[in-house]
Amino acid sequence: MRETIIHIVTVLVVLFVVLNIAAGLIWVERRLLALWQDRYGPNRVGPFGLLQVAADTIKLFFKEDWVPPFADKWVFILAPGIVMLTVLMSFTVLTFAPGIAIADLNIGLLFVLAMSSLGVYSVVLGGWASDNKYALLGGLRAAAQMLSYEVFMGLSLMGVVLMAGSFSMSAIVEAQRKMWFVVPQFLGFVLFLIAGVAETRRLPFDIPEAESELVAGFHSEYSGMKFGMFFVGEYVGVVLISALISILFFGGWLGPVLPPIVWFLIKMFFFIGFFILLRAALPRPRFDQLMDWGWKLMLPLALANLLVTGAIVLAVR
Amino acid sequence: MAILFYVAGAVAIFATLMVLTRLNPVHGLLYLIVSLLAVAIVFFTLGAPFMAALEVIIYAGAIMVLFVFVVMLLNLGKRQVEQERAWLKPGMWVGPVILAAILIVEVIFLATRTGGAAMGAVEIGPKQVGISLFGPYLIGVELASFLLLAALVGAYHLGMGKPQKGEKEYGNRTDESRTAAGRDLVRAGADRPVGAP
Repeated sequence: MRETIIHIVTVLVVLFVVLNIAAGLIWVERRLLALWQDRYGPNRVGPFGLLQVAADTIKLFFKEDWVPPFADKWVFILAPGIVMLTVLMSFTVLTFAPGIAIADLNIGLLFVLAMSSLGVYSVVLGGWASDNKYALLGGLRAAAQMLSYEVFMGLSLMGVVLMAGSFSMSAIVEAQRKMWFVVPQFLGFVLFLIAGVAETRRLPFDIPEAESELVAGFHSEYSGMKFGMFFVGEYVGVVLISALISILFFGGWLGPVLPPIVWFLIKMFFFIGFFILLRAALPRPRFDQLMDWGWKLMLPLALANLLVTGAIVLAVR
Repeated sequence: MAILFYVAGAVAIFATLMVLTRLNPVHGLLYLIVSLLAVAIVFFTLGAPFMAALEVIIYAGAIMVLFVFVVMLLNLGKRQVEQERAWLKPGMWVGPVILAAILIVEVIFLATRTGGAAMGAVEIGPKQVGISLFGPYLIGVELASFLLLAALVGAYHLGMGKPQKGEKEYGNRTDESRTAAGRDLVRAGADRPVGAP
């Protein structure tokens, strides 16, 4: 009985923290972008503009939640739910610190990959159900982009799995006691970072919603809280990829002096900041460039990385 | 675990029935995805978590996305729904139902004769799957890889596309053709001669 209660409390705490970080990121992103672009950003609502998030949320809730008459109603409603569900499900297998995990599955990493591959449907179905040419183009682009980048996203992680000898998150972190995996798996880290940006559809890879060509891409027809789900889902995705990078390549909770969870959060926020800096720094590539880049450069590199890592692991044993 | 198994199995069967009877192809595909996810849970309850993960990643997450992608490109509308409705006449069902009934009778016969295997007695992890794939079943893996390589080369050949008469070979590559033309390939506004202000 006591264990069940602890379990439920962990689930609720993780859900609460993750959703709040994701919502808070809207403010963090706008302030940081403003800092890098030499302006103020939102600074009117509350201290430092912190209540901007609350204002935005209230605005989203009170906007008309409209389903276009030409849309495929049920698929249209389902799509934003899928994005939140799949991203939040991925958090169940992450180990944030020793003892702070919802489920430490022995196929943890595969579970995350599975959920991220299901996440494609939200964007694709959202674009299709809208019955709008911009949304459809956005959905098509999203399907092609996420499917191609998913391939080497998985492959780039296999080097880490080979070195740790396990798919379990806690085993991977424990295997990094001597050295963070970013050192021997630097190529894998870079590949995963790029794939992660593409999977979360963040700038510079926000081609499915490229607002200068496609109005708003796959979510052109969405309004109110359904749009909010796509919006927050993207930020939860950023949190997820940052958490994964810190667990898989930067030793997760390992670190001196400070308590484990603090180390984990420091590393995670560093990468969230990096994601936002990418948005401020890089222009968007053209779609064919993105696909060429993925299949002709990243995939061979990921395969080579896997091959060399496998050979070395075999030779050392 | 037994109850999870039966619930997941029932969901899989129901979703598959819905796949067959949906008139809109995308709705059918959505039910097929649900069916595959349910089968993944069946695998999980039977003690094969690795297979469950692969089922979701490969079938539900990759192959079905391609199906949805193609159906989206086809832009099927009301006409398709009408055609499906015409095809799904009651007479259509007689043949498949008889054949399926024979199989069900066989399954029931076999199930009653031999005792059912114990469920989820041992959990088969990724390591055991790998060892048996690259041990006793190595030849199967190699044969599958031959087949996949042939398919890959074939798909590449089909997708390459030969240039039409009078078309430059790199006609479908924007970068090169743009350099060759010495100007933007697509321009906004009224058509003007090259070099005009």
